[in-house]
Amino acid sequence: MTHAAATHHTSMGLDSRKMAFWAFIGSECLLFSSLISTYLVYKGRSVVGPSPHEILNIPFTSVSTFDLLMSSLMMVLALAAVQRGDMKWGKIWLFATALLGLVFLGGQVIEFTEFVHKGLTLQTNLFGCTFFVLTGTHGAHVTVGVLWLLTLWVRALQGKLGPGQALTVEITGLYWHFVDVVWIVIFTVVYLIQ
Amino acid sequence: MKRWITTTDHKRIGLLYFWTAFCFFLVGGLEALLIRLQLAQPNGHLVSAETYNQLFTMHGTTMVFLALMPLSASFFNYIVPLQIGARDVAFPRLNAFSYWVFLLGGLLLNASWLVGPLFHAPHWNVAPNGGWFGYANLTERQFSPGPNIDFWLLGLQILGISSLAAGFNFIVTILNMRAPGMKMLRVPAFSWMTLVTQFLVITAFPVITVGLVFLMFDRFFGTHFYVATAGATPLLWQHLFWLFGHPEVYILILPAMGIVSEVLPTFARKPLFGYTVVVFSGVLIGFMGWGVWSHHMFAVGLGPIADSVFAGTTMLIAVPTGVKIFNWIATLWGGDIRGSTALHFAVGFIAMFIIGGLSGVTHASPPADLQQTDTYYVVAHIHYVLFGGTVLGLFAGIYYWWPKMTGRLLGESLGKWHFWLTFVGMNLAFFPMHLIGLLGMPRRIYTYTPELGVSALNLVSTVGAFLIAVAILVFLVNVLRTRTHGRPAPNDPWGGATLEWSIPSPPPVYNFSVIPTVASRLPRWKTERHEPMRDPPAVPPAPIHVPPGSWWPLIAALGLPVLALAPLTHTLWLAFLGAAILLVGIYRWAFEPFEA
Amino acid sequence: MPRHRLCLLAVALAVSGCGGPFPQSTLEPRSDFGWAVDHLFTDIFWWAAGVFLVVEALLVITLIRFRHREGRPAPRPTHGHTVMEIAWTLAPAVILVFVAVPTVRVIFATSGEAPADALKVDVIGHQWWWEFRYPELALVTANELHLPRGRPVQLSITSADVIHSFWAPALGGKRDAIPGRINRIAFRADSLGDYAGQCAEFCGESHANMRLRVIVDSDSGFGRWATVQLAGPAAPAPGTLAERGESVYARSACLGCHTIQGVSPGIIGPNLTHVGSRTTIASGLFPNDSAHLASWIADAPALKPGSVMTRMQPPLTDADIAALVAYLEGLR
Repeated sequence: MTHAAATHHTSMGLDSRKMAFWAFIGSECLLFSSLISTYLVYKGRSVVGPSPHEILNIPFTSVSTFDLLMSSLMMVLALAAVQRGDMKWGKIWLFATALLGLVFLGGQVIEFTEFVHKGLTLQTNLFGCTFFVLTGTHGAHVTVGVLWLLTLWVRALQGKLGPGQALTVEITGLYWHFVDVVWIVIFTVVYLIQ
Repeated sequence: MKRWITTTDHKRIGLLYFWTAFCFFLVGGLEALLIRLQLAQPNGHLVSAETYNQLFTMHGTTMVFLALMPLSASFFNYIVPLQIGARDVAFPRLNAFSYWVFLLGGLLLNASWLVGPLFHAPHWNVAPNGGWFGYANLTERQFSPGPNIDFWLLGLQILGISSLAAGFNFIVTILNMRAPGMKMLRVPAFSWMTLVTQFLVITAFPVITVGLVFLMFDRFFGTHFYVATAGATPLLWQHLFWLFGHPEVYILILPAMGIVSEVLPTFARKPLFGYTVVVFSGVLIGFMGWGVWSHHMFAVGLGPIADSVFAGTTMLIAVPTGVKIFNWIATLWGGDIRGSTALHFAVGFIAMFIIGGLSGVTHASPPADLQQTDTYYVVAHIHYVLFGGTVLGLFAGIYYWWPKMTGRLLGESLGKWHFWLTFVGMNLAFFPMHLIGLLGMPRRIYTYTPELGVSALNLVSTVGAFLIAVAILVFLVNVLRTRTHGRPAPNDPWGGATLEWSIPSPPPVYNFSVIPTVASRLPRWKTERHEPMRDPPAVPPAPIHVPPGSWWPLIAALGLPVLALAPLTHTLWLAFLGAAILLVGIYRWAFEPFEA
Repeated sequence: MPRHRLCLLAVALAVSGCGGPFPQSTLEPRSDFGWAVDHLFTDIFWWAAGVFLVVEALLVITLIRFRHREGRPAPRPTHGHTVMEIAWTLAPAVILVFVAVPTVRVIFATSGEAPADALKVDVIGHQWWWEFRYPELALVTANELHLPRGRPVQLSITSADVIHSFWAPALGGKRDAIPGRINRIAFRADSLGDYAGQCAEFCGESHANMRLRVIVDSDSGFGRWATVQLAGPAAPAPGTLAERGESVYARSACLGCHTIQGVSPGIIGPNLTHVGSRTTIASGLFPNDSAHLASWIADAPALKPGSVMTRMQPPLTDADIAALVAYLEGLR
């Protein structure tokens, strides 16, 4: 993470890394829109079962969703702590965010395994293809986020992350909240509106 | 050598982009010549059907992704920071990463010409053979079992990463790194068009990435995204591809339009007529480019309502395009036009782009398009747009900025030969294709019968293609002569209005000894309200810190082709190795002390 | 033929050096669909030609008039002109209205709806040949589509494998043959003739070799053809070469892929019940004569790269091939 850009003159008064990140998020929106659109276009077109309502476990995934929402809250607390220089709580909240992210990923692993046992694999039908690729892509994003959070946490433990790097934490937060929002959309579209 | 490999200097990266892309341009050109030789006569048998299909697939893929886009990128890199008065791009190492990823992706794609035996193929060439548009379900494993399509879909995903990274970088650079006083409506037209292009890149490439990922899953993991018998439709690919593909057309043409908007004012000694209109029509074209994709699919049978809507949006896009052409002509009107080679190419662009635009209107009309689509008429159209448009525009840029980029002026008389040979050659090559198409020859066929009645026209077209090749040779001779005999370029050989002409040619590594403060849209020209700016001093008044190079962009980039080799060769450990290289590269890069 | 279209053709002829004929030309329509498209294209062409002349002339005049001359005073730095901008925004927009209105009209006129009495034909694309089924006549043939003149026809187009595109330029625009989907076009052929066409969507190795013919016959001629096609295959006379050919057919791999009514039920390749009555073989690639049939049977992939019909293993003897040819040629 380049630290120099922050000190430079910028024409828009917005840090370059943050701006690049917003552009990245814009780009990611198109990625997930394409995936979600495909899911919707192919909904109900599978020629063999199982179909979503036979497979999806809404109570279980609601808990995962709540978990991910809470991780966003942890992220907010982490950023606030780092910004006010409270690195003790900064470390705790960062770790908590990463932990909740890991819990979500664990939930996804359990969910996927259960679906495979119930007879839904990537190859079974169109629901399987679109479901696994969409939620899998999201899971990959969460994984990257967890790695990133853990990296920051380790840096913080080493004393290399302080209020001077608040912007880095802020950008991490942007990413994390984005991934969270995408999940809300996926949860709504895939699980709630069947 | 090390200084080039580890460089993060936008100017060096620009030159790397230029030479790499130019080599790919020659490869793509060679493929075109082989295609034209095969079609010079009916029942041609220079190459087999399979090789021919690989040739046209790779010609299209190479020209779009490995030649024209990166040639534009070489100007984004070299010129944009200079035009906006910056020391470098916003993220120099990300910029190096983009370049290396592009190079490696291009090499991976082209390796497919030579590695047949590794895949137990009976011949050397296992190059992609599904067309540059790779329509599913022909590209499914069932119908294309070899590694050909795998090379294509993996190569394109890698190239997409390069384009996306460059997209974020240049958006931030142009928005955020402008010199003091350079408001958005003082940004030179070329940099503006670059900005629009990059917005198209970062929005269009994710869509094709998704399409390619689906294809990859279908081919490697047995999913059914494009398999009709599973309830899916291969049309999903066409929608995703053209949602990307049409913005891609503007990704290819807008930079050339930007170049022309720089060259014309300089050589007519008149400001760009209707600067604001030209800029906003570029933005409008960018927006509208998203609403027209189905005009590539009129023969698909989308129904009369969809056809009418897309015909309407497509015709509408002709309006801002026409506006640009009228403004360019108005720029020349009343000027003092000096006929430099750059101006020849820029005017050639306008003249040819008009033809391409008008034939475009003829197939914006779905019923007419039903006769034209997938025939040589459309081949004529895209070559008037992408060769007559983009390539001529890029050559205008090459002659215009060559002195800035290399310190020497390209020869003008060889330049004129280059232009006229190109101009005559392209019209001989591509004009007959209109007739060939209307007389019923489909595109992408490796052979045709003499009964079709298009043999003589095809021969003319082949002659034209070789004339273009001669023109390219003349250009190469010009380049070589210029290295030794070229006139050394002063700061400003043309009397240009923009900031890149205020500094030495080639510029020092820090570009501007003092970052200029900009007070007008034409900072180096005298206008009604402004005196010309004073050029920065030759020697910087204070030492300027120049960031060191970095290995990590290259190393991170190397992870991607290794990752791609995993599915290609069905070797799992390569996936872990590739991911590890990528991860290490990114980590080391992130924690490297680096001042930009 | 209207005069302006003659001009266009004259250019084509002059440039191509030979005088045609152009069997696949889009400029010689022979159906109502073809004519509608042709009129529309001609209209748009003249608008485009007009714009081309005006704009290119403007460009050339500008270049000549304002070329550099010694002593020319420095140009006046004009930055723009609002009225002109509005004018050259509106001008193309107005022209486009003249293009768009007839376009929409023709879109709806050619959108595939046919009257109830239309002859219905199912067109199925295969790598790399065409199957034509006449459901009302319970009749199946390949590569040569027979149609009656003057009667509305509705083609229902789909594919058995990858995407193809059915295109017989004289009869109207192309339509894609897409697996899992049925596209329709409707038209009425207005002249007798044998029209060439071919697949227009890249469909793999032998895309170039996926041709077709449309034979437009009089009502009575079409009826006669249909009657012959509906009959069973001609039985070869005992003791002839053709009879030996039938037995070669019955013991070779042929029957796995081809249908001959009452003899074999294969569905992978074209129906051969009346193959002898066709004018061409191998989806319009070669005339239907003994020599071409023989070389096709011996080694189809040599004539059509990638063909599903592989070389016979073990190879048939020349005598067997000659017998097969005699048999197939007798299937009229």
